[in-house]
Amino acid sequence: MSREAYAPPTLQPSSSQFNTATTDIAGPSTPYKCGECNAEVHLKKGEPIRCGECGHRVLYKMRTKRMVQFEAR
Amino acid sequence: MAPGPISPEEARRRKIVGVNAETVTNVTSTDFPGHHPGEDHEWSLEKFSQKSFKVQFHKNDPLDASFSLIGIDASIANAFRRIMIAEIPTLAIEYVFVHNNSSIVHDEVLAARLGLVPLTASLSGLNWLQFYKKPAKQDGDDGGDDRDPALDNNTVVLKLYAKCEWRGAEGVRSGETDPEKLYVNSSVYAKQITFEPTGRQNKEFPEPDGHVRPVNPDILLAKMRPGQVIDLDMHCIKGIGADHTKFSPVATATYRLLPTIDIVKPIIGNDARKFARCFPKGVIGLENVTEEESEMGEELEGMVGETKAVVKNTFKDTVSRECLRHEEFRGKVKLGRVRDHFIFSVESTGQFASDYLFLESVKILRAKCSRLKRQFANVMR
Repeated sequence: MSREAYAPPTLQPSSSQFNTATTDIAGPSTPYKCGECNAEVHLKKGEPIRCGECGHRVLYKMRTKRMVQFEAR
Repeated sequence: MAPGPISPEEARRRKIVGVNAETVTNVTSTDFPGHHPGEDHEWSLEKFSQKSFKVQFHKNDPLDASFSLIGIDASIANAFRRIMIAEIPTLAIEYVFVHNNSSIVHDEVLAARLGLVPLTASLSGLNWLQFYKKPAKQDGDDGGDDRDPALDNNTVVLKLYAKCEWRGAEGVRSGETDPEKLYVNSSVYAKQITFEPTGRQNKEFPEPDGHVRPVNPDILLAKMRPGQVIDLDMHCIKGIGADHTKFSPVATATYRLLPTIDIVKPIIGNDARKFARCFPKGVIGLENVTEEESEMGEELEGMVGETKAVVKNTFKDTVSRECLRHEEFRGKVKLGRVRDHFIFSVESTGQFASDYLFLESVKILRAKCSRLKRQFANVMR
């Protein structure tokens, strides 16, 4: 069984595997950074984890938009 | 009992610390009441200020002062040194609020770096600033005041925003590898920190000299590549070096004792030249033996015109004790240090002038003494 065949359990009625055309109901897209080319990748729920520019499969979460406090010591 | 005033030789013997090849002798001071029978060593302000105490300045630059305190006890001199290092309040970055930092320097590391940047501002403004009282740890509702105690009179706000970008094609030759030429803001320097005055700070830290700013504009804070951003706010507060080194106003504050060199028996000819080479330049001079000297001493008899070593300037000596290693100088020279002559060297980090720091340390010691006195008065009541 290839890895692509695994479908994570979702609450949504499962469409045929990773068909992006039918996942509009999955809600807003989340931005990620590609680990290879540093491009911004927007992923929606159920999309394959893959950079649209270079096809790299390692993506990083964006830094929090909140302010972070540090002590300078 | 009651021997008269002591001879100058005896007084000198008492205040010289002997430095031998491997040992140090006569270390403790004995000028306190009851040590020498029949002698009056009671401390009096009149004797201290009129006769014994002297201050000499050798160098007085804002960032490097050197001066001598003569006729003072080691405990007091050391107290000044320690106060200068650890107890003079200075302004430094304490809190860093990171909005965005995509450089390779981690937030924590960048914050620690920023904290160590020496700041400066107008002297009157720095003296006007008060201590920021940190809010108590918030473990449960203890009914305390939850408001942030940061006000314009105890917190200074600084900002740093830098974004690295491509410089654009024109003017850049192909194959260029220098990041400074390729990118804008590839290096973030301390000079890019900006001051955001609030409230009375506008008046207390006037433009342009009074502004809170880094002493050294070219401190490298981080390096970036196109697309990376550093965007942060900083809160500076007053603190003391005992809390964290970043609050210490001095780079170094040290003292040494004035060295002494006593040539007991004359050193003549080639030995004299070798002797001079045992010391830094200018410490030992070479002179010709005069006729008078030749007639007076037995060792110099018939040596008129020969070169002889004389002590010129012991201030420059490092007390390396090199001369004690050589057989030919055995018994001819005595090294030592003057116990109550402290040569201070104070290097400021730039927030205050070096001589001002010493005066400030005197002020703090006085305040401590009066506090102790008050406490004693309370005990006696």
